[in-house]
Amino acid sequence: MLHDQVILLKKVKKSQKEEMKMKKIKSTLLIMLFISMTSISNAQDMIQIKGSDTLINLVQKLAEVYMQENPGKYISVSGGGSGTGVAGLINSKCDIADASRLMKDKEIKQAQALGVEPKRVVIAIDGLSIISNKNNPVKELTVDQVGKIFRGEVKNWNEIGGLNKPITLYGRQSNSGTFDFMVSEILKGDHASTMNRMNGNSQIVEAIEQDSSGIGYVGVGYAKEATGITVIRIATKAGGKYVSPLVFENVITGEYPISRPLNQYVNGAPKKNVRDFIDFELGIKGQQIVEEMGFFPIPQEYKDFNKQSLGN
Amino acid sequence: MINYAINNLVLPKKINFINSRITDKVSHFLFFLNGMIVIGVLVGIFILLVFSAIPAFKEIKILEFLFGLEWNPTSYVEEKFGIVPMLVSTFMVTLGSLCIAVPIGIGTAAYLSDVANGRTREFVKPIVEMLAAIPSVVIGFLGIVLVGPFIAKIFNVPNGLNAVNGSILLAVMALPTIISISEDALISVPKAYEQASLALGATKWQTVIQVKVPAALSGIIAACMLGMGRAIGETMTVLMATGCAPAMPKSFLGPVSTLTSTIAIELGEVAYNTKHYYALFAIGLVLFFITFLINLVSEIVLHKYEQVHR
Repeated sequence: MLHDQVILLKKVKKSQKEEMKMKKIKSTLLIMLFISMTSISNAQDMIQIKGSDTLINLVQKLAEVYMQENPGKYISVSGGGSGTGVAGLINSKCDIADASRLMKDKEIKQAQALGVEPKRVVIAIDGLSIISNKNNPVKELTVDQVGKIFRGEVKNWNEIGGLNKPITLYGRQSNSGTFDFMVSEILKGDHASTMNRMNGNSQIVEAIEQDSSGIGYVGVGYAKEATGITVIRIATKAGGKYVSPLVFENVITGEYPISRPLNQYVNGAPKKNVRDFIDFELGIKGQQIVEEMGFFPIPQEYKDFNKQSLGN
Repeated sequence: MINYAINNLVLPKKINFINSRITDKVSHFLFFLNGMIVIGVLVGIFILLVFSAIPAFKEIKILEFLFGLEWNPTSYVEEKFGIVPMLVSTFMVTLGSLCIAVPIGIGTAAYLSDVANGRTREFVKPIVEMLAAIPSVVIGFLGIVLVGPFIAKIFNVPNGLNAVNGSILLAVMALPTIISISEDALISVPKAYEQASLALGATKWQTVIQVKVPAALSGIIAACMLGMGRAIGETMTVLMATGCAPAMPKSFLGPVSTLTSTIAIELGEVAYNTKHYYALFAIGLVLFFITFLINLVSEIVLHKYEQVHR
């Protein structure tokens, strides 16, 4: 019988232990619940930014520095393409939409139908460089020639003063704002349907390094680093001055013709926290980061445009 | 003490008995639920695809969509919604990959089932199956930096981003499926067939080629069909390695743009709820039907083969 009691005692002890365990689990659950609740309340002040893959690295860097300087502020930045960002703004899923193109009329109408009033802010300038293999003798082109080449109207390098070699085209895929920009500003028409659609800037650079008959377009930041390529100097008109995008001033003054503004869209007059962040982006520190990331700071005309757009 | 012992032994057992009946029922229900979830997801995806694709045909003629020779939905001049170049591209890449993967796959399966000794098989088979675990992005990357330049050199073309590249990469991805299922089929050919053949004086090679492979043919065909389904549905690899030019493909050494890569490229940037957006879902529906058909056929073939051998 004594044995019995000992076992019973052990059992009681065991159940006590289990109870303690349960308590521990319960308290950890409570703590987790509490944490998740506080993070939800934080989410309300969190700025959601979505959109262009051209802009994502830049905006992420801007957000990082901003959060370091302003503890307690939270910004989440995600990509997915300009279209994804704009759709997010239309459906009020994000506060700021990054777009390397302008919003289309259709999208603006959709937004207005849902009570969203998109306002555009230009945060940086991107210079697109036209690149070819370094062994290619063609080093200068006019905007018109670039258009003809990418529309597929000029098919051989000897038509534009090069060797007798068929031209291989390398461009971006149609989900890229760069692709859109080329279509609407430089080609004023469609890309040749035989153009290779590459999955990013660095892929184009790599392909051109290997292909002596290739020509492609990439952001200036990518062209700077590469070694096996020529950055072609571009003139606005035949007989005009050929300028390189590698020189900062050429792009900022607009003398280099193939450049584009990079945009953010917000809904109406932005809330204070969103406004704060945009002011930071457009301020001296923000524009410094823009330069560090391989883009160009915005010139005065866009500064004025932004002021008008944001309403002061 | 005796009482205690009896209590201790019998009582828990009784509880266990009741418990086991309950757990039996609960687990039965849970497994049933899991099965239903899978079916529900499939039906759900199908319904979503259909309902997102239907609005496309309010604005695009279905004949233009299915037989149009040009795809350019974001055109500066005139929008075009024809999926023929993509169908041809998908067909070319898939056919190419099968031409490579089927001989190698069946060869490897025959080696594993009939030539290799037990230890080699234990060693090789897991490695083959590991091939299936390599992410498609990695294979696509290899296509750009390794296979592409290689093709460019061998065929003397300016670049290696073409249907051949895609075919090679997809063959690599389809191989584990083809090898694994073909080998199972070969192994389950009754031993008597092999012994009879050998007894009649056939060599081992003749036995494998003329007796075992034909006997396992339906299993091998099913394996190839499943491998084909894998190749058709693959996205990332072809997106990275085939050049993706939307023009009608002219040769295996030119760029191609498949159904999958077109959806993947364009869905990120498309303006939502527009003609283009719905058209992409319509492509998805076409793709769904193709893979569904292939899987269905391979299931039927595989099933037939199982019946024959039971």
